[in-house]
Amino acid sequence: MTALLEVRDLITEFPGENNAGLRAVDEVSFQLARGEVLGLVGESGSGKSVTGFSIMGLVDWPGRIAGGQILFDGKDLAGADEETRRSLRGRRIAMVFQDPMMTLNPVLRIGTQITEALHAHTHISGTEARARARDALGLVGIPSPEERLDAYPHEFSGGMRQRVAIAIALLHQPDLIIADEPTTALDVTIQAQIISEFQKLTEQQGTAVIWITHDLAIVSGLADRIAVMYGGRIVESGGIQEVLEAPRHPYTRGLIRSVPSENSRGSRLAQIPGVTPSLARMPSGCAFRTRCNRSTEACATRPGQFGDALAYHRCFHPYEEALA
Amino acid sequence: MSTAVTSPAATPPLLELRKVSRRFGARPDLAARIAIGIGAAKPLPVVHALDEIDLTIREGEVLGLVGESGCGKSTLGRIAAGILTPSQGQVFWKGEDRANLRGRRKRDADLEAQMIFQNPMAALNPRMSVEALVAEAPKVHGLIKGNSGSYVDEYLRKAGFDAGMKNRLPHQFSGGQRARVNIARALAVQPDFLVCDESVAALDVSIQAQILNLFMDLREQLDLTYLFVSHDLGVVEHVSDRVAIMYLGRIIEEAPVDEVFARPNHPYTQQLLAEVPRIRPGKRRFAAMKGELPSPLNPPKGCHFHPRCPLAHDRCRLEAPKMREIAPGHRSACHLNDKQAA
Repeated sequence: MTALLEVRDLITEFPGENNAGLRAVDEVSFQLARGEVLGLVGESGSGKSVTGFSIMGLVDWPGRIAGGQILFDGKDLAGADEETRRSLRGRRIAMVFQDPMMTLNPVLRIGTQITEALHAHTHISGTEARARARDALGLVGIPSPEERLDAYPHEFSGGMRQRVAIAIALLHQPDLIIADEPTTALDVTIQAQIISEFQKLTEQQGTAVIWITHDLAIVSGLADRIAVMYGGRIVESGGIQEVLEAPRHPYTRGLIRSVPSENSRGSRLAQIPGVTPSLARMPSGCAFRTRCNRSTEACATRPGQFGDALAYHRCFHPYEEALA
Repeated sequence: MSTAVTSPAATPPLLELRKVSRRFGARPDLAARIAIGIGAAKPLPVVHALDEIDLTIREGEVLGLVGESGCGKSTLGRIAAGILTPSQGQVFWKGEDRANLRGRRKRDADLEAQMIFQNPMAALNPRMSVEALVAEAPKVHGLIKGNSGSYVDEYLRKAGFDAGMKNRLPHQFSGGQRARVNIARALAVQPDFLVCDESVAALDVSIQAQILNLFMDLREQLDLTYLFVSHDLGVVEHVSDRVAIMYLGRIIEEAPVDEVFARPNHPYTQQLLAEVPRIRPGKRRFAAMKGELPSPLNPPKGCHFHPRCPLAHDRCRLEAPKMREIAPGHRSACHLNDKQAA
């Protein structure tokens, strides 16, 4: 099986004090096959969004990709020039952001924005572009799409705006969509609507998805595989079933057990002590060792990837047993 | 969490809302009133945030209040905390009408109900140190005599905040720490009742678990009563004794937590509870409730939920359903319950 996307030892740095590079993404490796859904899970500051931005080529100066490879369909994007990047972005790789207003320009009509995205990669007439834009809106479940083409983003509700953003991402039937917390800001009922539309459309088009989120519950029902990030590194990665039912890494286990619905009603929640350290104060060796109840002296050295490319963890003292 | 709830007949409930409504909108001036009167202008838009809410909170219980954004749950929280007055209806605090309280009684009632907001950074003055933030209210109200140091330390400790860092400013802390400062500040005036308005919504899962544990510990230590406002069903299910579900300004169902999750009655509740976040590996279809919350500027007639309800019939479009008890402690507002009874 050739992977659609293979990320190898990706490092993305931002300059810190005294020119020390702060690694927001630190030797991250994962693979994605065509049509596969990967859940990239982590808490704030774990580097999950920067990983997405790095693949899209959207890391702004002074941040930079400082090492590793991003092989998309066999081509390395890490060192690719802006020309190559632009020809792929929006056409073969698209991104959906948490805030749809990051995609949408507030002073342009929705129709203008969609046709603009169409003209960027295809040579079609204005009438044809408008027809395709209307179809795209209809596809994501926006009522009376013809009229809505002439509306401005502020005339839409949050959920409807996110549908527009998804419609734009799907325009060119990309091979890969990076969805960065696209439903986090929405109500549960709207969230379910958006996920169900998204799921249907990406399956129809055979699009591979990287779904970036902090919400394990969503990922559990959506993804084929999962990668859990902490302190810029993937601490555990594997099939959704294996990882959620028998997590090897103490952080994964702690994360699952701190979700309220995984605890019996009214009981004390299993909590991970302490807070995520900032990038500048990341402990040497295993990044999680200061909060981990299994850490030993061995953890002061950096754990490698134990396992193969598709299923691995980074822990010297992994759990062997399934989660009770 | 089980609670010994004293019989409501013996002591008045801590808080009782009777037919409370709240509208927001500009009040038309004289010229505008005349213009509207002769039909030259349209009436000014009014948001019907709350529509004849009846709600009782008993001492020592945790009431979870659930609903989508814009359903009025924050407005209800603010009225319960006493920082907003209703447009119509009465609020009884420990058996007394809050509107009739004066002087010392009013001050005490105000202090006894405190609110913890969603965004701790917006609720904390960025120019005041943690110590000053926590000490301010108790000083003003004469709860601290003399040196505030040890008093502040005690409440910071209760909230799980390292008192050694009390001279720092809010921006120097993480979201979880700021949440703790916010909690310490609310506790410092020795309240009986806390309104938590989405207090853990902005926190990461692991930090959220720490703060929820703190809320539950404080409840035991200080005999607190909570109104827990949240859109997160998982959180509400975990902390609450009783749950009230709101839809567009009305409470449509109210029941003990086990009852409502086991036997949801209202069609809205049934669909909402299908979305409780649970970790179940394996691809599933995300079933979706159709439509969105209508605008509270112009709520639908009859039952507010009828445009989205799969079971709506003619009566739902005309007549608003009344709350009816369908099982002990379980009340629901749906016309379908009448049919079954008849």
